[in-house]
Amino acid sequence: MLRRFRLEEPESVAEVSELLGRFGENAKVYAGGTELLLVMKEGLVQYERLINVKKLGLNQISAENGTLKIGALCTHHELENSALLQQQLPALVKLEQNVANVRVRQAGTIGGNLCFAEPHADPGTLLMALGAKLVADKGASKREILAEDFFVDAYETSLAADEVLTEIRVPTPGANRKCAYLKFGYLERPSVGVAIAFSLTGGGVSDVKIAAGCAGPAPKRVAEAEALLNGKSKDEASRSLAQAGAIAGKASQAISDLHGAQDYKEHIVGVLLKRAFQAAVS
Amino acid sequence: MATATRRHADTQAIPVSFTLNGRLQEIDVEPHELLLDVVRDRLGLTGAKRSCDVEVCGACTLLVDGRPVSACTTLAFEVRGRSVMTIEGLADNGKLHPLQEAFIEHGGFQCGFCTPGMILASKALLDENPNPSEEELKHFMHGNICRCTGYKKIIESIMAAAKKMRGRP
Repeated sequence: MLRRFRLEEPESVAEVSELLGRFGENAKVYAGGTELLLVMKEGLVQYERLINVKKLGLNQISAENGTLKIGALCTHHELENSALLQQQLPALVKLEQNVANVRVRQAGTIGGNLCFAEPHADPGTLLMALGAKLVADKGASKREILAEDFFVDAYETSLAADEVLTEIRVPTPGANRKCAYLKFGYLERPSVGVAIAFSLTGGGVSDVKIAAGCAGPAPKRVAEAEALLNGKSKDEASRSLAQAGAIAGKASQAISDLHGAQDYKEHIVGVLLKRAFQAAVS
Repeated sequence: MATATRRHADTQAIPVSFTLNGRLQEIDVEPHELLLDVVRDRLGLTGAKRSCDVEVCGACTLLVDGRPVSACTTLAFEVRGRSVMTIEGLADNGKLHPLQEAFIEHGGFQCGFCTPGMILASKALLDENPNPSEEELKHFMHGNICRCTGYKKIIESIMAAAKKMRGRP
């Protein structure tokens, strides 16, 4: 059962930003609703107004000057079926194919997923490893936020109160760029997700990016684990994975909850890192 | 009462014109009304069931423009200008759909609570992929939960229907 609220349906980012500024905490942006409506039905949060942003369009996917631009209102279904992403970003396509279930993928959007910042979500972790930037837009002005700076805490992002996430920008991976995202869980949502991306040139591993998610309140990039693999040959890097995994496990800020105990999740981070590296090179 | 009402925004009616099981339907809904409640309580079509209420079980599955959605977590105004199918709209003039026939023939249900969602979700699958592998079928259907059958007979039913539908002119 949902409590009564008022619906706003603005047609420009500037209007959305203005409404958010005017109504503050009494209003919330509504896109696919797959997560927001659940907590509203549960009575955990309540808003006087929902701002439906689906009249903004924002569901295009394009490639421009070495950047893949993904509209924030693309549904998971649209992402998994994008020919451009299947060609340029198969790791994201695979992730999207395995988000929740077919009905959630039909309604849920990538932007909503990121802004809701539910800790047990997949996309943020991979976007960190991909070096993605998120466009925070007020209509009159906009700025880019690195994916790794976007997540502040569980359900909390670095978006200002009157900013709207409109686009996700991912540097188009070159032919030598390897990446993979793996997750594990036994409930509806993942207990742990791990992403890795690196360049493999002449058998050498460089520009490594590693992120661990779901285990703690927000996905984290793990620079110490990256440093262990950077500059090594593929085989040397493989031999360092156990150590890198242990570091990433500690850095994941794992907490004990229904999805697993802290030490269990830390261990799984290491296991997934090893497998993700192998999946990326194969 | 008056205090409780004042706490919320004023009533807002949204005109919604959509196709329901092939027929034009025009109603006014409030923003907070859920598609499942509108279809079951206001329009009297009770095939879709409320069960988990969190988009996990699939018992409330409806097809919107041919794609499965969780009606328990879909705002009713979202079907403006769209085409909605419930299980009541699947048979053609009393002639059961091949999926319905196959579920009967192969014992694809026991208590029947999940069945409307199972059949509508599998219709969406077969409409986009008439010849799914068992793996593809399981991946597509894994968000529809059945507590009776153990799934084997559901899979057999859908595979049998797929075969029959492919064989049709």
